[in-house]
Amino acid sequence: MDPTTHTDPRFDGPGPDAQYRQALLEGRFTLQHCEDCSAARFPPALVCRHCGSARLAWRVSPGAGEVYATTTVRDRAGDYNVAIVELEQGARMMSRIDGIAADAVRMGLQVQAHIVPGDEPFVVFTPTAGGTA
Amino acid sequence: MSHPLRGRTAIVGIGNTRRWNAPERSPFDQLQEASVLALEDAGLGLKDVDGLFCSLSTSGLPVLNVAERLGIRPRHADGTMVGGASFIFHLQSAMSALANGLCDVALICYGSNQLTAGGKLASMPDPQPYENPYKPRYPLSSYALAAARHMHEHGTTREHLADVAVAARAWAQLNPDAFMREPLTREQVLASRMVSDPLSKADCCLVTDGGAALVLTRADRARELPRKPAYLLGTGIGISHRQISAMPDLTTTAAVESGQRAYAMAGVGPRDIQHLMLYDAFTINTLLFLEDLGFCKKGEAGPLVSSGAISPGGRLPVNTNGGGLSCNHPGMYGLFTVIEGVEQLRGHCGARQVPGVQLALAHANGGVLSSQATAIMGSEDTL
Repeated sequence: MDPTTHTDPRFDGPGPDAQYRQALLEGRFTLQHCEDCSAARFPPALVCRHCGSARLAWRVSPGAGEVYATTTVRDRAGDYNVAIVELEQGARMMSRIDGIAADAVRMGLQVQAHIVPGDEPFVVFTPTAGGTA
Repeated sequence: MSHPLRGRTAIVGIGNTRRWNAPERSPFDQLQEASVLALEDAGLGLKDVDGLFCSLSTSGLPVLNVAERLGIRPRHADGTMVGGASFIFHLQSAMSALANGLCDVALICYGSNQLTAGGKLASMPDPQPYENPYKPRYPLSSYALAAARHMHEHGTTREHLADVAVAARAWAQLNPDAFMREPLTREQVLASRMVSDPLSKADCCLVTDGGAALVLTRADRARELPRKPAYLLGTGIGISHRQISAMPDLTTTAAVESGQRAYAMAGVGPRDIQHLMLYDAFTINTLLFLEDLGFCKKGEAGPLVSSGAISPGGRLPVNTNGGGLSCNHPGMYGLFTVIEGVEQLRGHCGARQVPGVQLALAHANGGVLSSQATAIMGSEDTL
């Protein structure tokens, strides 16, 4: 350890939120996986929510998921979908299902992630080809 | 052996401004009025208060603002902010502080001008960068997601949800202080404008102003004060997440934990409870908490409500003031669940009085089903 500092090298570098965002900016959708219990987690954080371990590693997500819950927000400017998608090992995220009518989204629908680029990129999903509830 | 905190403290004063639409009054005005009312009810004064517990959706430093306005120099204080459940968290904290001599007279207080401030939910800055891109209606869409999942897993229907609102209104019609007292039918709820499926406007709580406060002392002192004490027999809290996507199971809340903790401390179970207040920010809440607090099995609350069990005359009186759906909902409603329980224990509820209530349960919720807190109160006979 650098004798002039007392910071813990395990936590050096950008924090989890910054790392997640940077990966999205570079076109990669990544999730943290626990090296002790193998649980995946979202949103990013410093510890595993499942077992409490601080040993988390980033992996590119295949982006395949399933709609866990869905709602249609009724808006004057047009209705839109808000959903919770379950990804690998139970990690869940809020998102939106595109490419299908907002109120046609069903729980159990198989979906695939896409990155919406921009200064603040985010992930949306579309139904998997041939995938049904 | 019973829990050392069981019955050690009591609610000796309650204050309720009943000003649901009060222009020209700030949240602090409502809070101060409720505090004065509660202390007068207790036969005590502001100078007796040495424990201060408060949170506001409009102030990040509530304890400082309230202590200054009320002229209190507390020796114990707690400004825990977990949304609408905060006040039962405060109740648990006050119970422990009183029992351990950290304070002698505890004041828990709240005020809001949410209606006259424009009807928007005035809330503390708490950015949610992993939700904002999807523009959920906050907090409604989070509850809608939970309702959708409950319908998917358990066959709950919009009719079941509607019957929660209808039961609340039927109670409100017996409460002269309720904000909404016109008759309400299942058909009217079902015809209400959809906001975030499956929840319509009529599935959502009111937006009102209001202020509420409680005064607590240790049980020995409570017996010397003018009001019949509402003894605190047990409390419990539970926290499961902040944002809805992180809720482990959208159909089961941390009310399971808060309820079990409160029952264990009180040494009672759901069958013993004679009066029940469940924070109904949305119709789905009442169903979730009936299940999670053990009044029916998971998935059976819809049919239970539709059987008329929680309505006036039913076997399980729930939200007898009309609830957040029909009585009042000034941003954070938690204190009002406790106040109605105390009023029922005192036998002061007029047309809506449940005969012979000795044991009452008040349950509050905060965030997006995130924080849960349960309090069990009893009369002298339950000690």
